[in-house]
Amino acid sequence: MKNRAILVACLLACMHLSASSQVYLTRNGTIRFFSEAPLENIEALNRQVMSALNTETGEFVFRLPMRSFAFDKALMQEHFNDNFVESHKYPNATFQGVMEGIGDIDFDRPGEISVVVEGELTIKDVSKNIRESGTLHIHEDHLHASAEFIIAPEDYNIRIPTRYARNIAREIEVFVDVNLRPQ
Amino acid sequence: MKTLYALILTVLLLPSRGMGQDLMDLFEDEEEVRVEYAVNTFFSTRVINGQSIEAPYPGDLVFVVSHHFGRLNQGAYELWGLDQATIRLGMDYGISDKLSVSVGRSSYQKTFDGFVKYKLLRQQTGLRDIPLSVSLFSGAYLNSLRWPEGSDFSFKHRMSYVQQLLIARRFSRAISLQLSPAWVHKNLVTVTEDPNDYFVLGMGGRWRVSDWMGISLEYFYRFQEAASYDSYDSFSIGIDLDTGGHVFQLHFTNSQPMFEPGFLTDTRGNWLDGDIYFGFHITRTFALR
Repeated sequence: MKNRAILVACLLACMHLSASSQVYLTRNGTIRFFSEAPLENIEALNRQVMSALNTETGEFVFRLPMRSFAFDKALMQEHFNDNFVESHKYPNATFQGVMEGIGDIDFDRPGEISVVVEGELTIKDVSKNIRESGTLHIHEDHLHASAEFIIAPEDYNIRIPTRYARNIAREIEVFVDVNLRPQ
Repeated sequence: MKTLYALILTVLLLPSRGMGQDLMDLFEDEEEVRVEYAVNTFFSTRVINGQSIEAPYPGDLVFVVSHHFGRLNQGAYELWGLDQATIRLGMDYGISDKLSVSVGRSSYQKTFDGFVKYKLLRQQTGLRDIPLSVSLFSGAYLNSLRWPEGSDFSFKHRMSYVQQLLIARRFSRAISLQLSPAWVHKNLVTVTEDPNDYFVLGMGGRWRVSDWMGISLEYFYRFQEAASYDSYDSFSIGIDLDTGGHVFQLHFTNSQPMFEPGFLTDTRGNWLDGDIYFGFHITRTFALR
């Protein structure tokens, strides 16, 4: 009886351990954005994107320092941080959401599947609900998630003076690319 | 037996990672401590006439076109000074994070100028807290007017030099202030009673009214002045409009020249008499690399 109880305890402990490895994460994912306007195209790349996915609950989060967006032109980067997104006041952008139908995904079988992620994107303290589709690539030792979508700066209280209409697009393409590894 | 059930219960109740825990918490305490430099202390490399703490980024070339029209008190016949203009054309170039160089040519006394700005200290927070930016400014000025017939001046008499310390602080997004003590040396002065060396204390400030607009003030107090002619402390008030690649600076000043020895020590206009010049700088930044 006593032995059996110990066995059960050990078994439960093992199950518990395996359950605890259901979080995949990264601290150096990338997010790139692209603005296409008549006078110029503007592109910026952030390589310090933190992201985590819970493969059991589907919870999927992102957090990125706005100052880490690198531009071709230093002056442009200064204007981005100081005038447009006010990085000193709002240092991070976040996304807190859920990957839909995560229960149906077999994470043991490598392959590529389409997924839908829904949640709250927060930039400059303004939160908007977004729902976008993306691709989840299941590898043996990691997950690769990518998505492309469009956001409008004015939705997030990023005021672009009208004289910039020909320099900065009203809709910005965003490219997300993260390699998530087991925690 | 009871202890064993307790053990099982404990294992079951252990907080399971990822189950109830907010994933975002994983990153909360990972904020990287980074250096945050104070940027945009002034919109341009000039407060108004005088140099500001700002310098072009490495690889950026800034064209500066400056105009001072004639005196406002010349009246309607001269269209309040707009019929005349003195100009300066110049270029600033950022060599490194710390060093920038400039060259220019003013129509006033056909003066060529060249100077360097070197950042000794940059205002920053984060890893280190430094409350001030300090830059060193050093300029040389060549008056290229033809000498009068029969005079025996040589090349060295054409030169003046300015050494200046720029000490600035961006107190907030709205308010930036700068102190700019300067030493001006002129190889040639009008009469022997005029000093060859002048010490000047400059003060300047910007009130950033909006993201893209500011109001500036600038004043230079002189500790010496020329004996052979009337001159005044330079005082200017201006509006800065930043449009991204261009900065427009419009101002009123009692200084006609737009290079340092000129406006620091040879300001001939008196605000109280209406000797006020309307002027502007237009800067355009090109990223060369």
